Amino acid sequence: MPRPGFVLEVDRSTPSILTWHGEGFRLERLPPGRSRVIYAPEPLEPLDDPDDAVRDALLHPLGDCPPLPELLFAGMRLTIAFDDISLPLPPMQRPDNRQRVIEGVLDLAAAAGVDDVVLICALALHRRMTEAELRHAIGDRVYDAFAPHGTLLQHDAEDPSGLVYLGQTDQGEDVEINKRAAESDLLVYVNINLVAMDGGHKSVATGLASYRSLRHHHNVKTMRHSRSFMDQEHSELHSSNWRMGRLIAASGVKVFQIETTLNNDTFPEQMSFLQRREWEWTARDRATYLATTRGLAMTTPRLARSIFQSIKSPHSMTGVHAGEVEAVHAATTARVYRQQLVDVDGQTDIAVFGLPHLCPYNVNSIMNPILVMCMGLGYLFNMYRGRPLVRQGGVAILSHPTPWAFHPVHHPSYIDFFEEVLPATTDPIEIEKTYEERFATDEWYRHLYRTSHAYHGVHPFYMWYWGAHALEHLGRVIIVGGDPKAVRRLGFSPASTLTDALEMATDTVGRDPSITHLHCPPIMIADVH
Amino acid sequence: MDRSVARFAAARLASGWKAGSGGRAGPLRLADIEPPSPPGPGWQVVRPRLAGICGSDLATVDGRSSRWFEPLVSFPFVPGHEVVGDAADGRRVVIEPVLHCRVRGIDPPCPPCEAGQTNHCERLVGGHLQPGLQTGYCADTGGGWSLALVAHSLQLHEVPDGWSDEAAVMIEPTACAVHGALAAPPGGSGEELLAVVIGAGTLGLATIAAIHRLRPDVTALLSVAKHPEQRRLATTLGATAVVEPDELRRAVRRVSGSWILDNGQLTGGAAVVFDCVGSGESIAGALAVTAPGGTVVLLGMPGHVGIDLTGLWQREIRLSGTYAYGPEPAAGGRHSFDLAAEVVEAAGLERLVSATYSLDRYGDAIEHAAAAGRRGAVKVAFDLRQEKRR
Repeated sequence: MPRPGFVLEVDRSTPSILTWHGEGFRLERLPPGRSRVIYAPEPLEPLDDPDDAVRDALLHPLGDCPPLPELLFAGMRLTIAFDDISLPLPPMQRPDNRQRVIEGVLDLAAAAGVDDVVLICALALHRRMTEAELRHAIGDRVYDAFAPHGTLLQHDAEDPSGLVYLGQTDQGEDVEINKRAAESDLLVYVNINLVAMDGGHKSVATGLASYRSLRHHHNVKTMRHSRSFMDQEHSELHSSNWRMGRLIAASGVKVFQIETTLNNDTFPEQMSFLQRREWEWTARDRATYLATTRGLAMTTPRLARSIFQSIKSPHSMTGVHAGEVEAVHAATTARVYRQQLVDVDGQTDIAVFGLPHLCPYNVNSIMNPILVMCMGLGYLFNMYRGRPLVRQGGVAILSHPTPWAFHPVHHPSYIDFFEEVLPATTDPIEIEKTYEERFATDEWYRHLYRTSHAYHGVHPFYMWYWGAHALEHLGRVIIVGGDPKAVRRLGFSPASTLTDALEMATDTVGRDPSITHLHCPPIMIADVH
Repeated sequence: MDRSVARFAAARLASGWKAGSGGRAGPLRLADIEPPSPPGPGWQVVRPRLAGICGSDLATVDGRSSRWFEPLVSFPFVPGHEVVGDAADGRRVVIEPVLHCRVRGIDPPCPPCEAGQTNHCERLVGGHLQPGLQTGYCADTGGGWSLALVAHSLQLHEVPDGWSDEAAVMIEPTACAVHGALAAPPGGSGEELLAVVIGAGTLGLATIAAIHRLRPDVTALLSVAKHPEQRRLATTLGATAVVEPDELRRAVRRVSGSWILDNGQLTGGAAVVFDCVGSGESIAGALAVTAPGGTVVLLGMPGHVGIDLTGLWQREIRLSGTYAYGPEPAAGGRHSFDLAAEVVEAAGLERLVSATYSLDRYGDAIEHAAAAGRRGAVKVAFDLRQEKRR
């Protein structure tokens, strides 16, 4: 029976706490008597037979939806869309959930005599996946059956002939999505729900949408009114996607949603100390920690990045639900919450977030300074339900090397955003008003997004907006161990050590502040009462 | 400044270690010498008040000038061609330093001088003066880094009342900037014209100010500046964006809508690039961001440089040198000095004079000027107003 999440009150006997720091980690002591550490629940038990569970879900759908075989017929146009490289984190060991589900769907389609099947990677404005990444996600058998015939596609949000405009929601939001998906007799969406924000109507309304459509919810106003992204009842991002999803359904697009959940078994056995509570570390864990940190200290950043990016997570499937979108998502969300929610009593003056090497947008890539901001203030800050973990006017301390480094192929517009936009302003509203449209319509970025492996020109803006709620809420942001020049460019304060950062934070929150360290990963959501 | 091969070699060696070291180790020395005598009718004594230190002066002092100039100077000479001073006739004047046919007493003048283009003079070694392309490089005239020089009345421009000496000393370098700014072809009516100014020392900043005032056809002006104070000044003088050198290509791409190929080269670029540095690196950088059919204007004095000119050939880029000043066809034939005075006044360029030194601190002054950008300064000048021997 896995243990639930846990909040540790730090006292004099508490050992040093493992704090992530990019491609590495540190052991940090927190002040006793006023510090606490939030630990994630232990991994839920995986499904005994995931393939059987997938078949069962397809045959016994949730909500007002017939079993999948009843929706399949010879001569139909079937489109299977699936989540892209941003999920899960880290990428999971084979077979990926997407492979299991797609193979299950294809078996039924073949039995029904369906031969017009197209697979679409629902990447929205993310970068196109490489062949190796696609093979990892959907499996070699599926890849080899579709890719050579041109029926394995990657959504192109900038292809006018590949999009269809479905209309406006009652809030005036344009809905424009992938034409093949919209005009199919059935659209099957294959999702991985790593966090509560994923899935539901967001799968199609975001994953298969155009910039014209996405800008209605990927903007500063929506982000500031999503409190948090992980709490559907209080997320404007969620509400906007739901309005769009309902319009998509009303337009006649038939969606069969399949959502899978994972446990938070994040690291392979040789790195399992990373998800153990420090006072339970064995002698082997301590030795592994020492060997790892000393080894990393002797490697180049490039090699360290390569080592960490090669980690494949032993995540296991804990659930699979299929059928009508909203019914499926309700069941999925309940399961995600069961894995990730941790009861936390009250807010804190200072939140400490150790940032790992990875966020959704730098798989096989570099965690550039903009992604550091997004990971810290967009994701970790928003891992709450109820109230933010840190109080209004409080301080967020991020720990990350924050190198002045960018992946030139994946993040070309990020470099320009960092060079042109941030020196002028870090105010999300001003950034959105002054710069977004030019970046979003830049022909070169558009070309690279469509033909190379580049994120869309507007993507760094979305990363910045992702942290807009935190920027408005916090009194100060301090980054420990970052490149000072890069940290200042972000508008934050650099600190050499956590001790220095805590001292600096007292200027904002006063003496003897309360401190809370979110011990993430593994992923968790603080349910703040 | 003496003709001493050994001292020039020493200056070159020392400046390789630290720019500006040639001031102490090289051919420059402070000496009591007889003031120059007017060499003919029309000449008079001018007592300098302020005299600037220019990039070409630094190159000479550090032993890094091109040998191109060897026949065009005469030793020993007193440097200093950016001068505001008191003329013997009682006027406060700035000096237009080119030593052309008419001040040399050559009659008839050479064809360019006949046409008023004295900066193209073909007789810089003739007439009643020893060789010297400008005051400050001629053994007969003296130069601004002294208590007295001689100048022809055709070289003198009266400073308006109410002007500070600091503003007046900026007229000569600004005239160079004006000449360069007007050298590039104009943009078409209603068309976007992106210009880039590489370098944000005195010449670069004055060029930005000149473009801002005299080139309304320039719709976007990118400045390349290394140092924080340079960036601040470039912005206040009219640059629409200021970038660091390694950001230039991407910045030009953003504004021009160009693409970047795999090797980093742009498919398009800026219509006009003003290189106010004059190094091989800056010229190569300028060529790399110039659009096909565009123009690179060289304002900074180059020497021996090694650059790949394939792009210039393939894109039909014009590489245009600009030197000194004269009547400006693009401004209705008005003289660069008159236009420069307007620019100095409108842009408040006297603020670019960051530090002044007495002559006996010439070593410090040269070192400061050589490290001006890094030390938050722009124009460093000698202040002769308080010299006891004046």
